[in-house]
Amino acid sequence: MQGYIYPNEFELRWSLLIVLYPYLTGLVAGAFILASLARVFNVKEVEPTYRLALLTALAFLIVAPLPLLAHLGHPERSYEIFLTPNRKSAMAMFGFVYAWYLMVVLLLEIWFDYRRDFVLRAREATGPLKWIYYALTLGSTDLSDRALGFDDKAGRWITIIGIPSAFLLHGYVGFIFGSVKANPWWSSVLMPVVFLFSAIVSGIALVLIIYIVATLFRGKQVDMACADKLATFLFYAMVVDFSLEMLDFIHRLYESEESIEILSQLIEGRLFVSLIVLQMVLGTLVPLISLGVVSPALSWRGTRKVPAEVRRLIYLGCALLVQVGIFSIRWNVVIGGQLFSKSLRGLTVYKAELLGVEGLLMAGAFVILPFIILWLLVKIMPPWAENEIPTSPEA
Amino acid sequence: MASPADGRDWESRETCEPVDRRDFLWEALKASLGVPIALSVVRVPELCGMQEESDAGAERIYGMGIDIRKCIGCGRCAQACKNENDVPDEPYFFNTWVERYVIRSDGEIVVDSPNGGIDGFPPYKEEGGTLRTFFVPKLCNHCEEAPCVQVCPVGATFITDDGAVLVDEEYCIGCGYCVQACPYGARWFDPVKHVARKCTFCYHRLAKGKVPACVEVCPTSARLFGNVGHRANPLAHFLRFNEIQVLKPHLNTKPKVFYANLDGEVR
Repeated sequence: MQGYIYPNEFELRWSLLIVLYPYLTGLVAGAFILASLARVFNVKEVEPTYRLALLTALAFLIVAPLPLLAHLGHPERSYEIFLTPNRKSAMAMFGFVYAWYLMVVLLLEIWFDYRRDFVLRAREATGPLKWIYYALTLGSTDLSDRALGFDDKAGRWITIIGIPSAFLLHGYVGFIFGSVKANPWWSSVLMPVVFLFSAIVSGIALVLIIYIVATLFRGKQVDMACADKLATFLFYAMVVDFSLEMLDFIHRLYESEESIEILSQLIEGRLFVSLIVLQMVLGTLVPLISLGVVSPALSWRGTRKVPAEVRRLIYLGCALLVQVGIFSIRWNVVIGGQLFSKSLRGLTVYKAELLGVEGLLMAGAFVILPFIILWLLVKIMPPWAENEIPTSPEA
Repeated sequence: MASPADGRDWESRETCEPVDRRDFLWEALKASLGVPIALSVVRVPELCGMQEESDAGAERIYGMGIDIRKCIGCGRCAQACKNENDVPDEPYFFNTWVERYVIRSDGEIVVDSPNGGIDGFPPYKEEGGTLRTFFVPKLCNHCEEAPCVQVCPVGATFITDDGAVLVDEEYCIGCGYCVQACPYGARWFDPVKHVARKCTFCYHRLAKGKVPACVEVCPTSARLFGNVGHRANPLAHFLRFNEIQVLKPHLNTKPKVFYANLDGEVR
């Protein structure tokens, strides 16, 4: 402890689990927006990752509310958010935004996209798997051109609705923090926008990682046109994200409100490693420069010619660093916002515990869980192009 | 027979028919039922309205006045509150606490509140000369525009008709958003009940016509409690004859804890 903090501020109310919540939700929104690049904006190069991005979004969306739930003092009362929401509360809308995104956007889009596969697999499979696939078709087994055309059209429209929904999902998370006027570190109109762009950055980076690693494990060749395009989009998104963060930073510095002194102390002290080293240098500048040099973002063939194998490795390294950086952003917002006193006269400390509901192990489990779910999803619904089943003549 | 000197017609009084007890009681019963019925038909709302109008100035909105110059930093208020409201003893759960401000000649401001002021304050080692020192009792400001009430996702935190901000402990889901939203650090999270807690103005005591525990034990009457809307009580007097400040007015929370002689350095 340093300086004076209000006695009740000794304990940080929002811990590591609340850091995970915006991190995981951001990955969902980002992965979905990447998927929409292929679907709505017809970016052909990223098509190999379209389905993978959708499944990634679903896997992470399933897990996203769990840390919130685990963190509640009374998780058994959480349903009250649906039954008696306080309409003035930003947080009260969480359940509805989440349900909308899961039910109306993600599940529907995936279903329309995979319906043909489900039907064909149900025909081919034997035993219980046949029934599982049949159940997944929801009884809709029509594979006529008209039906498939409808699937495509519906999927396209859902993606169009999905893009603003993804913006809403994560912009809303930013609003939960940005609207707290009591906290000068959070209270910023830019917060939802910064959250959104950092979400896009993290989502693209995550799909890039999963795509490269999964392809290598499957013993296949990474489609470099796809990886290059992903890296390019990652670069662009990072430029916007970094600019917004700098804008926020410079704005605060220039206005120099009464909180500037304590916030400076916060950045120079408690948050130095997580903000300056991890978020800014390792999580942003290093990957930004690397991608700028290697990827075809700035010039058609990349500023420097680098062999595909090396480029792939650099992309992977950058994407991993970006994950570290984005996680640091969430940490710096959530934990950083509670490390200084609202009396603006002192700083406190946060020590994450190892065990317990809010401990490091639990947080680690919440990070691993989406990958396990994704693995299962990929098993049931392979997203890879070579698994595509040619449509047999209508039986 | 001559009329009596007072001129009253005693004679005619005797001409009245005597009323026997049974008739009298019967008439009385009819009247007691009839009058309210008649009144309810005949413009009772207006009658009540008049009543309300004459009491309009006395709408009950609770508030507290704190005179900084009177506070001696004894911390009895913080202790009384802990006893009265079953607040854990640990030094980081407080409904009310006392801060000591030392403003040094070199402009440095030193604030402390060891154990909320309950055990008193250690002697201050003077460095660089002291310009001003004073104690500031703090508590929930029972804001009219309470951010904690706004953010509670399920409405477990609410404002009563008489202006107290309370938490329904049976309803709170324990998300902690209110703790984050309070600019005054007045809320804490109960480690046993797993719900948000805060000062209630000792609402259970108010219901019995008593004042909050912190007000009752204050040896110097630095704290005053009463109806903000009332014109004739000690709080009204306090509000009329002092220059009043509230904490963090720029946040527009409209606190109902009013400070007299508050230093501009207090946050």
